[in-house]
Amino acid sequence: MNFRKYLVLAGVTVFAVAGDSMLSHGMKQVGTISIHHLQSVFSAVANPWVALGILFLLAFFATYTTALSWADLTYVMPATALGYVLLALVARFVLHEQISLLRWLGIVLITSGVGFVAGGPALTEHPLGEAGKIAEGSRADKSPLLAKDARNGAPQVE
Amino acid sequence: MRTNPHFSQKTREMGHPKSSDGQSMRTVYTWSAILVIVFASVVGDVLLSHAMKQVGDVGELRRRAGLLHVVVRTLSNPNFFFAVASMAAAFFSLLFALSWGDVSLVAPAAASLTFIANAFAAKVFLHEKVDRRRWIAASLVAAGVALLAG
Repeated sequence: MNFRKYLVLAGVTVFAVAGDSMLSHGMKQVGTISIHHLQSVFSAVANPWVALGILFLLAFFATYTTALSWADLTYVMPATALGYVLLALVARFVLHEQISLLRWLGIVLITSGVGFVAGGPALTEHPLGEAGKIAEGSRADKSPLLAKDARNGAPQVE
Repeated sequence: MRTNPHFSQKTREMGHPKSSDGQSMRTVYTWSAILVIVFASVVGDVLLSHAMKQVGDVGELRRRAGLLHVVVRTLSNPNFFFAVASMAAAFFSLLFALSWGDVSLVAPAAASLTFIANAFAAKVFLHEKVDRRRWIAASLVAAGVALLAG
């Protein structure tokens, strides 16, 4: 993990928040979609906020995809959750909305969750690559201990 | 895919008249939609993660072979294609659910369940080392998301 990679993870968070907010704003303008006119969900895209939101979500997707190319899914996931915290902080300090005690607790939980994951290795090392995983699996049938040792002994990348 | 708990309650206020029959049907619809969202999200995330591990480190690849190569290599990965299809399914289920249901329920429920289900799926299908640290993190985040929207 270097500075550039943390920047990509920050992009995941920020683009997701921007995209979701715009999409939310747009969908409120579009209004309720009836069960009997499901196809009208497609016309929601004509709303400029929805369209802009989708654009930002594409940027989110690009950064998310990039992050997944060098980090575990269970490592990147909590980073996306930081977006909720960012949203709440924007609501509090930019929009001056009241944040209830429960919400602050939620913010603390998410932040500490992210801290937990960020302190560990970003990527699970599979010592022998794709083929190794299969080999490890078949070895595990005969000797679970051996496979366990192989996993624990794997070098870990920060 | 993430869902946003701040999708506001306004949609709920615009809701339909309260016949108890329609209400229970809407509950069924809403929870079905939540399950569909979670399932599609998890399938999408797992496939995308798998696809990108096959593609390899995008940054390194770009320095070595150029951006075009990265894009072509990613887009021609079949798992990437299925991942995008699955995420699109999750996205449209979310739009449906948001317009039907109790929005303050749909978004946090779908997001929290997705975090937990993703941790399971990553362990089982991606062979990620989901140690105690990551379980705790996934649980904390899922609980936090539920609280934030509550």
